[in-house]
Amino acid sequence: MKAETDCFGRPISSPPDAWFDVVEGVSNDNNKTLNRTTKTSRCLNLGSYNYLGFGAADEYCTPRVIESLKRFSANTCATRVEGGTTELHSELEDVVANFVRKPAALVTGMGYVTNSAIFPVLISKGGLIISDSLNHNSIVNGARGSGATIRVFQHNTPSHLEKLLSELIADGQPRTHRPWKKIIVVVEGIYSMEGEICELPAIVSICKKYKAYVYLDEAHSIGAIGKTGRGVCELLGVDAADVDIMMGTFTKSFGSCGGYIAGSKELIQYLKHTCPAHLYATSISPPAAQQIIPAIKVILEEDGSTQGAKKLAQIRDNSNYFRSELQKMGFEVLGDEDSPVMPIMLYNPAKIPAFSRECLKHKLAVVVVAFPATPLLLARVRICISAAHTREDMVKALTVISEVGDLVGIKYFPAQIKTPQLEDGRAKVD
Amino acid sequence: MDLANYVPSAFTSLLKNATELITFAYDVPFARAVVFGVHIGGHLFVEGLLLVVIIFLLSQKSYKPPKRPLTKKEIDELCDEWVPESLIPPVTEEMKREVPVLLSAAGPHTIINGKKVVNFASANYLGLMGYEKLLDSCTSSLEKYGVGSCGPRQFYGTIDVHLDCETRIAEFLGTPDSILYSYGLSTMFSAIPAFCKKGDLIVVDEGVHWGIQNGLYLSRSTIVYFKHNDMQSLQSTLEKVTQDNKRAKKLRRYIVVEAVYQNSGQIAPLDEIIQLKEKYKFRVLLDESNSFGVLGKSGRGLTEHFHVPVDKIDIITAAMGHALASEGGFCTGSHRVVDHQRLSSSGYVFSASLPPYLASAAIAAIDVIEENPQLITKLRDNSQILSTGLLGIQGLELASDIMSPLVFLRLKTSTGSLKRDLQLLEDLADRVLKEHSVFVTTSKRSIVDKCNLPVGIRIYVSAAHTESDLQKACESLKTVAASLFTD
Repeated sequence: MKAETDCFGRPISSPPDAWFDVVEGVSNDNNKTLNRTTKTSRCLNLGSYNYLGFGAADEYCTPRVIESLKRFSANTCATRVEGGTTELHSELEDVVANFVRKPAALVTGMGYVTNSAIFPVLISKGGLIISDSLNHNSIVNGARGSGATIRVFQHNTPSHLEKLLSELIADGQPRTHRPWKKIIVVVEGIYSMEGEICELPAIVSICKKYKAYVYLDEAHSIGAIGKTGRGVCELLGVDAADVDIMMGTFTKSFGSCGGYIAGSKELIQYLKHTCPAHLYATSISPPAAQQIIPAIKVILEEDGSTQGAKKLAQIRDNSNYFRSELQKMGFEVLGDEDSPVMPIMLYNPAKIPAFSRECLKHKLAVVVVAFPATPLLLARVRICISAAHTREDMVKALTVISEVGDLVGIKYFPAQIKTPQLEDGRAKVD
Repeated sequence: MDLANYVPSAFTSLLKNATELITFAYDVPFARAVVFGVHIGGHLFVEGLLLVVIIFLLSQKSYKPPKRPLTKKEIDELCDEWVPESLIPPVTEEMKREVPVLLSAAGPHTIINGKKVVNFASANYLGLMGYEKLLDSCTSSLEKYGVGSCGPRQFYGTIDVHLDCETRIAEFLGTPDSILYSYGLSTMFSAIPAFCKKGDLIVVDEGVHWGIQNGLYLSRSTIVYFKHNDMQSLQSTLEKVTQDNKRAKKLRRYIVVEAVYQNSGQIAPLDEIIQLKEKYKFRVLLDESNSFGVLGKSGRGLTEHFHVPVDKIDIITAAMGHALASEGGFCTGSHRVVDHQRLSSSGYVFSASLPPYLASAAIAAIDVIEENPQLITKLRDNSQILSTGLLGIQGLELASDIMSPLVFLRLKTSTGSLKRDLQLLEDLADRVLKEHSVFVTTSKRSIVDKCNLPVGIRIYVSAAHTESDLQKACESLKTVAASLFTD
């Protein structure tokens, strides 16, 4: 692991936009310690979660952010219930609730804490949490912190979920066989290491049948998929009222920080009274809160321009084009149609530093994922497409990836021969 | 008559036959044979037969009722019958309470409901909120980097300001290295599980805040509480756990304390804790959220306040949302302590990094603290003025230390239930706000909080408060308390 430290945690010295400056590190002792240099290299960014291109200073959002910085300063230094609620926070919660089509919402300063702090309040010993096997660490920690029994169902397999639910309800609590107090099923919108979209309609109908509550974590999917950017519910045609608790973060598509929980009015009132993230943690920084409001306005086209629709169409087209091109070249790419996250399988852990360093030499910054985030022999390169990438950027990236892929030897499938072009040539000759 | 005689006579003849058979068996020629030098009497033959019968019976399987798993129909019936509890309990009146909404920055003076009030509810200890230098550095950072960092630290989320901030903090405190977290609350509950694992022993104060409690629970270690800020209790607890547990010498052992307790405003006596730690060989984790930038001659925290060298504390964490008027948190210690967290601290690895403008605000704040040590003396004077001014208030007593910037007033006599205490204190705070335009808050308690310390009124003193602000606060609190507690 020590020898690969230069592949992870590369510092950057510019905003995480489509192109950014990666700071070069130099090591004199075989990567045991890495020293920063002042040299930077301008690289194409395929690693940051910048789905809608709000990652850098934006002409609509940034002036408003600076204005609210001057008005409310960088932080309220207080918790939400003890003098940390400004009118900006109330406005933000209304805007978010409206965006996800739920009656009310609660905003916290960090997405990780939102998950960790909500489960202990909603469910405790005697309850059951059924979570997807590839759920994020924050959900796992929150579920453990709650004290409820946890069971895992096979990734994105509604039939296994149904089997597990029926068996567990019939069996009751372990050892005492008393009936469960309540059951919460936890799924994510887009799974960040697979790029797969959750099978939400099937899961929601199963939960309705067995009277379990649905908790949907839309960290990667909110703002990035769906016709108007409203996430996986909109994309798959699920009514927002069928999902009991919707959670998401603002880090990915909105270029800010923080997380939210949306649900019924009573749920949010209850959470505001009991959730530790609301009672004990400092409220979200006002400039960060202000960044989200105009970002949502742009997405919903309430700012008067058509930027929102353009961005959403751009990211959809970009993702589908990139994925199909990679598959044509013979790479093994995971993930569903429309998903902006695409992992390319490497399998062999020894190829990880090779791929990463070769790409950097060609001015392409990619993210490689190894153990423990993925199983040991399922290492992968994870590409995150952004609406800020142009067609030229993507063509350049594809050429570099193809070259490096040949060098490293990861084109596990046969490349598709480009037959249409040949026919065109023939037609011209004729 | 023949029948009556027949049965007994048949029985007697049967008995005669049986005895003849037995005597015959005893007299059988081989019955008196000598095999391997052992006389075989007829009884051995019978005993052999008995042994065979016993072995046969023992080798039979015991009777178990057959297992019948539930049929699909039964499972479906059970599923249909099951009725879950509702997701949340019914909403009560107190849950519908609205909190005051601020219309301007939460500085020493703020606007609530269109009225200008004196704000004692924000932990802006050094008055750095709205400071020119901080706002300038934030603005330039926002223009350069935008708001968010769009990724975790390991995946291009490390911006050069993060590295600068970490070096600056380590330089300021005199420790080898430090690590930045993106949220104050997540600092402690990520740092503790990174070091304390199942089976370790942790001795912790009973008054620690929820972040630490959650971290302790997630670490799955053995947790022992000692009485709040009571060194005698700490000593006896340490004595007990080291003596009782013979394996204690081989386990990792930690003491977790806060410098200034969020739940009571008391200051931990670090010199005594260090003595105990060295005597019983424990490691110390110190949370300096409310003392960083506040205690000590130059604001370097509790270690400077008690003249303890900073390398005696193994791990120091702090949230930057208090004196530094920024957001996020940091953890500092030796190189090994910090490097270990870069790979195994869940709040660092699995979460997006701190927005760059907040990191540059923190750097600017530390610069300001170093250049203006008079802010710290002003804060100390203000805390003392307020604490002494509130002595003798009716119905309430001071629970916090005189030097603490967090002044904590608890009820002299509790009403008996936590709910009623909170209700009483909230009425007090409401009246103080409405009638005298002074904004103070009550400490809140979540249902998952295990802390049992009494609730109270929390007043955060700032170096930016003037003497008249402090006097106004004292007078208004005393007036309202007098009217409320004589009723």
